[in-house]
Parts: sequence; C-alpha cells; structure tokens
Amino acid sequence: MKSLRMLTIGAALLASSTVMAADLRVALQDDPDVLDPHLARTFVGRIVFTSLCDKLVDINDKLEVVPQIATEWTWNDDNTVLTMKLREGAVFHDGAVIDAEAVKANLDRARSNDESLRKSELASISDVKVVDANTLEITLKAADAGFLAQLTDRAGMLMSPASFDKNPGQNPVCSGPYKLVDRVQNDRIVLEKFADHWNADNYHFDKVTFTPIPDATVRLANLRSGDVDIIERVAPSDLPTVESDANIKLSSVTGLGYQAIEVNMANGAKADHPLGKDARLRQALNLSIDRDVINEVVGAGTYTPALQAFPPASFAFNEEFGNQKRDVEKAKALIKEAGFDRVPVEISYGNNTIMQQVFELVQAMGAEAGFDITLRPTEFAALQSALKAGDFYVGQSGWSGRVDPDGNIHQYVSCGGGLNDMKYCNEEVDRLLNAARTTSDTAERKKLYDEAQVILQQDMPVIYLFYLPWPFAHKASLEGFIPVPDGMIRLENVKLAQ
Amino acid sequence: MAIPTLFLVSLIVFGLQKLLPGDPLLTMAGEERDPAVIEFLREKYRLNDPFYMQYLYWVRDVLTGDFGNSLRTGVPVSTLIAQKLPVTIQLAVMAMIFALLIGIPTGIMSAVKKGKAPDYAANAIALSGVSIPNFWLGIILIMVVSVQWRLLPASGYVPLTEDPIQSLRTMLMPSFVLATALGAYLMRHTRSAMLGVLSSDYIRTAKAKGLMPRVVVLKHALRNALMPIVTLTTLLFGELLAGAVLTEQVFTIPGFGKLIVDAVFTRDYAVVQGVVLCTAVGFIFMNLLADILYILINPRLRHPQ
Repeated sequence: MKSLRMLTIGAALLASSTVMAADLRVALQDDPDVLDPHLARTFVGRIVFTSLCDKLVDINDKLEVVPQIATEWTWNDDNTVLTMKLREGAVFHDGAVIDAEAVKANLDRARSNDESLRKSELASISDVKVVDANTLEITLKAADAGFLAQLTDRAGMLMSPASFDKNPGQNPVCSGPYKLVDRVQNDRIVLEKFADHWNADNYHFDKVTFTPIPDATVRLANLRSGDVDIIERVAPSDLPTVESDANIKLSSVTGLGYQAIEVNMANGAKADHPLGKDARLRQALNLSIDRDVINEVVGAGTYTPALQAFPPASFAFNEEFGNQKRDVEKAKALIKEAGFDRVPVEISYGNNTIMQQVFELVQAMGAEAGFDITLRPTEFAALQSALKAGDFYVGQSGWSGRVDPDGNIHQYVSCGGGLNDMKYCNEEVDRLLNAARTTSDTAERKKLYDEAQVILQQDMPVIYLFYLPWPFAHKASLEGFIPVPDGMIRLENVKLAQ
Repeated sequence: MAIPTLFLVSLIVFGLQKLLPGDPLLTMAGEERDPAVIEFLREKYRLNDPFYMQYLYWVRDVLTGDFGNSLRTGVPVSTLIAQKLPVTIQLAVMAMIFALLIGIPTGIMSAVKKGKAPDYAANAIALSGVSIPNFWLGIILIMVVSVQWRLLPASGYVPLTEDPIQSLRTMLMPSFVLATALGAYLMRHTRSAMLGVLSSDYIRTAKAKGLMPRVVVLKHALRNALMPIVTLTTLLFGELLAGAVLTEQVFTIPGFGKLIVDAVFTRDYAVVQGVVLCTAVGFIFMNLLADILYILINPRLRHPQ
C-alpha cells in the first residue's frame, strides 16, 4: 500500500506539465534593468520593450525605417523640421489616447528627466510642437541625418504621461502589443496580450514570459527540453547541437555591433607606450590578425570578420576595407620601419571564456609578426573603470551597434566623444563625421564616411575584430520569426504551430 | 552577542566592497554614459560622501527598517529579499532533507559494517559526492532527465504557494545536486561519530544484555553520536541559506546566490549589504537552533549544575 502511494506521488511529480500553445516563453541571457524606456540601459531590456512599448517608428530586417505609431513623416527642405502624422485610434495600456500631446510629453521627459539616458540621442531637438491632435512637429537645432533612426529605439518609445510619476521603472504603462502583468527580478517578466492594441490581430500569443537564463548551454537545454520556445545568443560551441536536433531551428543574423581592440593614445600616463605613439605599429598589429581564424575557431562561423565600424547591413559599409587579409610580412616590415625588433603590448579585456579565446588567438597571431602580447583578463566592472580612467595600454572595446552609421562611430573616435576612452583626436575625422550628420543624402554621407575611414585606417586607433552575431534558436514549430540585425524579438505574425 | 556580530559583519562587507575597483554607476551606465546623469545618480545615492558617512547613513536607514534600493533596478532591497528568501529556504530545506536521507543511513551502515564491502561502497560514493562539481552534475542531469527523458523541467522556479507539485518538480534536481556533496559530508561525520560511540563500554554492555542489534545501533549509539551531526547539519544549512551560486545559475533559480553574485559584479552596494545582513541573521539563528537541539538530544545538558 505504502509503495503504491509512493509510486502515485512519484508519477504525479514526473508527469510533464501541459502548456497552453498560445503562450510564448523566451529565455534571455540577462535580467533586464528598469522597465522605463527613458531610464533603461540593458540590451535584454530592449528585447522586452519590443513587445511592451510601441515606438514612433520601427526598422525592418533591411534597416529601413517603417511606421509604428507615426504613420507618415516629412522633412522640410533643409532637413531641420520633421512633421509626423500619428496613428488614429492607438491607445496606451491605461486606455489613454496616444495623441500629439502625449508624444510631446514623452519626448520632453526623455530630454529633461534627471536620470534619462536618452538625452544624447535626442540632443538635436530644439523644439517639439503640437500642430493638431494627430500631427507633431519636431524642430532640430541643425540637420541630423541619424535623428529618425534614434526614434526606432528607446528614445522613440511612448509611455502614458499619467504614469510618469507612478514609478514607471517598476510599473511601465506603454502602448505595445503586450502589457506587463508580473515581474520577479532574476526570475521572470510576464506580459499579457493588450486587446486594444491597434495591431492586435497580428499578435498571436496570449501571454509572453521572459526568463533570464545566463548560462548559454543551460538556455539551449531548456529549449531542447521544451521548457522555453525561443532563446537568444546561442553559444558558438553549441551550434552543432542545434543543427543536430530536428525539433529546433537556428535563426541567426549578423548584428550591428562589433568587438574590437582600442589603443590608449592620450588617456593618461599609460598612453606612453610604443603602440600609442606609432601608427605603423597599430597597422602592423591589425595586419597580423587573421579574423577568419577567430571566426572559425571561436565563432564557429558566426563571427563575421570586421575591419571597420559599420556592419555589412549598413549603407556606410565599405567593401574595400572589408576584404583585407592577414599579411605577416607587411606587419614585420612596418615594425622594422618603426625601429623595433619585438614590440611589447599589454591587452586588458573582460574575463569571460569567449574573450579569453579571442585574445589568446590575437596573442599567438601577433607573436608571429613580432608582438610580445601580455594578456590581462579583468573583471568586467573593474575593466570599465580602468578603460575610462586610462589605466590600460590596449583594451577590449565592444559596441552593441546602432541603426544609423553615426551611432557606430561618432562617440568612439571623435575628439572628446563620450565613449572615446583612447582620447584619439583627429580634427579632419571630426569634420567629416560632423558633416555626415548634416546631410540626409545617403550617397553623400557614404562618401564622407569613406573619407573618414581612409584616415582611420591610417591612424588605426581601433582595430576591429568581428561583428556580433545574433544567433537565435527556437522550436521548429515556431513560425514567422524574422531575425533583424538589431537583435530584437519582434512577435508580429509569429505563431506556434500545433 | 548577535548584535555586535551583525555590526561587525556589515562593516567588514561594506569596507571590502569599497576596496573593490570599479564604479557602480559606470558599470550600470555601460554604453549609455551620460556624465550629467552619472553625477546626478552619484549625488542621489550619496556616493560622493566619504566612506564612513556612507556607512553611517546605511546603518541609520537599516535601524529605521529601510534597506535602501537596488542601484540597478530601483527595487527596494527588502522587496528583493522577500522575493528570494522563500526560494532559498525551500531549496535549502529540500537539499537538507535529501542530504540527511543520503548521509545518515549510509554513515550508520558504513560504521556498523566497518571494513566490509558496504563500508567501501559508501566511502566511494561519498568521495564522488564531494568531488563531482555541482554545475557539471547539474548540466548532466538536465541533459539526461529533461532533454533526453523529458521527465522534469530543465530549470526555473514555481512558488510553492502557486503550484505545489510543479514547485517540487522544479526543485527536485537542484536540491538533489546540492545534497550530493552535503550528504557526503554528513555520511563521513556520521560514520566517524558512530565508530567512536560503537567502541565504547556501554555499547558492549548493551550488546551483552542481549538487546537486538538494531536497538543498540539506533537507540543507544545513534543518539549519542548525533551531537556532531547536528552541529554539522545546522552549519551546512546556514551555508545553504547564503545561496548556492553555481546550482542556482545552472537551474536558473532566483535565490540569494544569484542575487548576491550579480550585485557584487554590478557593485550594487545596497543589495550586497542587505543580503549579507540577512544571511548573517540566518547563521546566528541556526547556531541558536543547534544549541536548542543539543538540549533536546542530550538530557545531561538540560539541568545546569
């Protein structure tokens, strides 16, 4: 009798749970931070926002700007006034109508709130004017070609103005296809379908749950066991497993961001080292690296080699620089020309497995050309402080990428740029990058970026290594998912087949 | 005794955190480095004040019941603790039950059958229990039990109050993984305590009286051997309350371990302080519990001379 009871309990414990097909479970790499788009910082937070908060405009997989809350928009002749028509009938999760007043309130808050991190993204706005209930006029201080692209991300997200003073970081009231019902930090964020969304017919899940699962292998195991439906950032070493499992599918896309090496050129005492002083040595290090090897060995073919800040999906991408190959002889010649036999280099980088492998390869490849590279793995928070304070010779540099090319380069290499930890400064580069901001003609912008790139290839303050991929894996029964280079999960028209 | 201990613990942890290189606001800002915002937050969270003032502010707030807010998410630390504590307690209790079920019977058996096959087998199992890393065993279990056999959920956590069966199912593997090492420690201690007692005179007397071997072992020997086992169990349980970082990470359990490790990595001072304080209270409580259990087990301690 006793054993029978034990068996029954055991069977009950082991019986697999039934899951509603109309629910979607997403596994993220980290736990998002605050859910207030104006204050938020994390990449995974943006994935949640994609379902939670509508934006003025969105991008598609070809990086074209497409309507979301703004249905059409026009620029005046000198590209300083943007007039946007807003969608009629769109409402926030609290039922308030999204009108021009509400959009203005959002842009104003994003530009003025003390803790807002969107200020630099919206810095070119001089005035926002409500023309009528559905028309908004944004006046810029000067022409800014990247401005519209800023509105495709958090800077263009809308919250109900009534929620501004009700702790939106914890209780966001947006207008996206899903609204927040529950959040337990480090455990789950649960969204439920917003029936009054203007595009509700094209969203097919009743509930979407985001769970942070930091370990990539465990994330994949959860997908394979059927506990989640889609995961982001599959580890390169797990790709063969994904391919061998018929129940799951890989959807990978080359992203907008990159991994690179930056050289301290004028940030404090540590700028005084051979690489910081002689551009020929930086060129030599660049030439000594075989990016195809990094791609094959560490990236399992997903780490597309990068030799410039712009991803292949961007109009600013320059084919010419994209095809450079490793040239050890030329590297050796440059080192000799600079008056060196062996060049000592110390590289600081974040102490994770992937970066360890990457920099061990860089170390080995550099050695063949004449670089004696010392590796300095550093805990991430300490690394960031070290880079900012100039406590590095050569450091790891990474960027998650932006839609407009300006976002991938200006802050990093312009004199005094916010993320320019190397303190690299070339006035001609600044002039070209600033000029590329003022025109909206992509052909002309590309020409300016090309010119800037020629100088950057000479000065070589940043040695690009590879573009960050966004490898998603999902159940084979998940239909309609299109990976976009910004790494977001857009659920429009996505379904789970029965 | 408890109050000065807590005070000292909090002071040491606060000091150690400040010694770590790295700036919480810079880490938090990541790619969004707006100097004006960073400066505003630095003022808001009093990070510009001298070290001792920051600590005094923290003590003052804690004495009024305010543990501060997480720098990263703005959530009050007390809310975070209230969310994670039940998870950690459930994991600790289940792991301890498994560990006791594994450790004590095998320990007794191996002491009774000293030098025979069951003793060697139990020792081999104990050695592997201590040596096998938890994260490895965890991943292997997920691969076999969840991915291959599809018997249990691979990871995650369901509150006991929400769905008891599902909650037990999600916690089964992680608590078992934790229990392997703990069970092995318990087995070794039970064995040596039992061996000490079994060779004493009164046991020989009991055997000579013609008592059944089972009664001799379980009633006469075990009770006297329990003292070191109780000490070890309460200490191990206190450790479990501090969170099991790797196991939580592998099974994605939102407990104390994950919380404090994330907080240390992002230099989220208030969270680290709050969790450490809570864990220290847990430890002190477990010590108290051990003292009470001693008295229950050992009648000689009940009447002070």
